[in-house]
Amino acid sequence: MGQIQLKQVTKSFGDVQVIPPLDLTIEDGEFTVFVGPSGCGKSTLLRLIAGLEDITTGHIEIDGTDATDLVPAKRGLAMVFQSYALYPHMSVRKNIAFPLRMAKMDKAEIDRRVNAAAEVLNLADYIDRRPGQLSGGQRQRVAIGRAIVREPSAFLFDEPLSNLDAALRVGMRMEISELHKKLATTMVYVTHDQVEAMTMADKIVVLQAGVIEQVGSPLELYRTPRNTFVAGFIGSPKMNLITGEEAAKHDAATIGIRPEHIDVVESGGTWTGTVGVAEHLGSDTFFHIHNTGLAETITVRAIGDVNLTHGDTIQLTPRMDELHRFDADGLRIG
Amino acid sequence: MATKASRSAARLMMAPAVILLLGWMLVPLIMTLWFSFRVYLPLRGGDQGWAGFSNYTRFVTSSAFWPSIQTTLIIVLGVLAITVIFGILIALLLDQPIWGQGVVRILVIAPFFVMPTVSALVWKNMFMDPVNGLFAHLWRFFGAEPVSWLSDASMPSIIMIVSWQWLPFATLILLTAVQSLDSEQLEAAEMDGAPWIKRFWFIILPHLSRAITIVILIQTIFLLAIFAEIFVTTGGAFGTRTLSYLIFQRVLESQNVGLGSAGGVYAIILANIIAIFLMRIVGKNLD
Ligand SMILES: Nc1ncnc2c1ncn2[C@@H]1O[C@H](COP(=O)(O)OP(=O)(O)OP(=O)(O)O)[C@@H](O)[C@H]1O
Ligand SMILES: [Mg+2]
Repeated sequence: MGQIQLKQVTKSFGDVQVIPPLDLTIEDGEFTVFVGPSGCGKSTLLRLIAGLEDITTGHIEIDGTDATDLVPAKRGLAMVFQSYALYPHMSVRKNIAFPLRMAKMDKAEIDRRVNAAAEVLNLADYIDRRPGQLSGGQRQRVAIGRAIVREPSAFLFDEPLSNLDAALRVGMRMEISELHKKLATTMVYVTHDQVEAMTMADKIVVLQAGVIEQVGSPLELYRTPRNTFVAGFIGSPKMNLITGEEAAKHDAATIGIRPEHIDVVESGGTWTGTVGVAEHLGSDTFFHIHNTGLAETITVRAIGDVNLTHGDTIQLTPRMDELHRFDADGLRIG
Repeated sequence: MATKASRSAARLMMAPAVILLLGWMLVPLIMTLWFSFRVYLPLRGGDQGWAGFSNYTRFVTSSAFWPSIQTTLIIVLGVLAITVIFGILIALLLDQPIWGQGVVRILVIAPFFVMPTVSALVWKNMFMDPVNGLFAHLWRFFGAEPVSWLSDASMPSIIMIVSWQWLPFATLILLTAVQSLDSEQLEAAEMDGAPWIKRFWFIILPHLSRAITIVILIQTIFLLAIFAEIFVTTGGAFGTRTLSYLIFQRVLESQNVGLGSAGGVYAIILANIIAIFLMRIVGKNLD
């Protein structure tokens, strides 16, 4: 069990309100990701759930019971920190066994659980080493191991992969997803990387300045962003947002079209521009196009290796059924 | 400093400093060794030739020798225990966000800047004087008989004075160590279900072990040689005669340089035994 409910939760540091009243329900077994730009309050929200930070007003319920005033240890949650926060003077085995020792579990049971965790996470090779003798990825695994042995009702991750290199990050992303499938435990995951959010989440919570902009599955957010902020934040490369005359043609203050929904055509395109930077990835090519009269730059994805270079003139046709329309307040129309 | 040429150049350039330091240490050491084998009584005929090992045997067989070793060790251990324990407590307190932190920190460091002689005099006359001292007034205020600290409780008094001087040093070193602890480790331990006392025992104390060893090592070296505090307060009476004080008495009060020098050589040996012992522990902790 691991249902977490936030009811009218606020948080202020001194006079500064970092989180205005906020309601959120995280269902049992769900993989929920908090995304948002730096400083929007993701870590703060996670620490409120963990109990490491006192909430200013409001309530937190875990599995239907009020946990607002419970100390962190009593909430049955485990956290994996960005810095791993391993205990440097203890071996990997002792690190993982630490929460069990604190719970005064008997020796045989501790050994059984530590060995089981070591097996799941492939730690056996370095179980007697100290954290200082491990690589970043190995430390990350130990930190996860220390979290899973407690068999918590939910896991909290604060940007656990941000210290790893790109290749390792992709690998660990898969492992955490697989762990979630295997354990079927609630996981709350903080990241500012929207690719991580899209690939891992059952449910994404998009935050801006402590306010929830939208909650939904990755594809919901991708297909029907509720406002221009979510539209610009989810998806890579970013959605093109166009204002002014062109938007007015569609009865909107702003229109949005994703780079993958604009086709490059030989002639008779709706828009014309000149190619700025072309990013050739092999499978796709991204063009940054200027002088369209629509916006500073328009980003376009072409499938495969398209042979256009800097300064070439290009013709574009947006797919009208993939067009997003937003009103003057930035909210979605239709 | 990787190549052969740069290494020999480095040696050449370090040579003057090394030679100066060596000379600085070697000249007194050799003079002490030399005198320790002589019968040298400055006021009773001066240097009277070889003494063999008689100075050495006389020094250890004197009834004052073993008590002085014991006194030395009690003072060193007592001061170490007090400064380390209170140093940790004060460092933990100073790490908390409190009003006027800067001023409080400077006040805590202040005793370290007071000369040993001055602080001993202040303690002796201002606090511990059985008639006019602050302690005497305090005792009388509560209706108790004032204690003559330096004669009736001489060892605790001296340990207290010396601890007061060294506490700032220990606190300062331990405070920097406390501040370097990653707060996420403590939060992780908190989530792992460790109450405050266990977080202290399993996370903070191991983190401080390196700083504690350094405090112990440096303080021991200085504490083995404390002199001014004893000279100013008890003058070595009431069982406060340390090894260094005994040597001073042999040389200056008994005017026996040979005997005092032999004592000095024993002091060197004692200091080295302790230093080697401590170095081993440090070596283990500083890996
Ligand atoms: N202890 C604190 N005291 C005062 N302000 C704080 C404190 N902790 C966080 N804040 C403020 O709260 C806001 C949210 O911080 P938070 O750490 O939650 O951001 P974040 O979304 O995790 O950002 P990042 O992606 O950079 O980690 C920031 O504006 C920050 O300055
Ligand atoms: Mg953060």
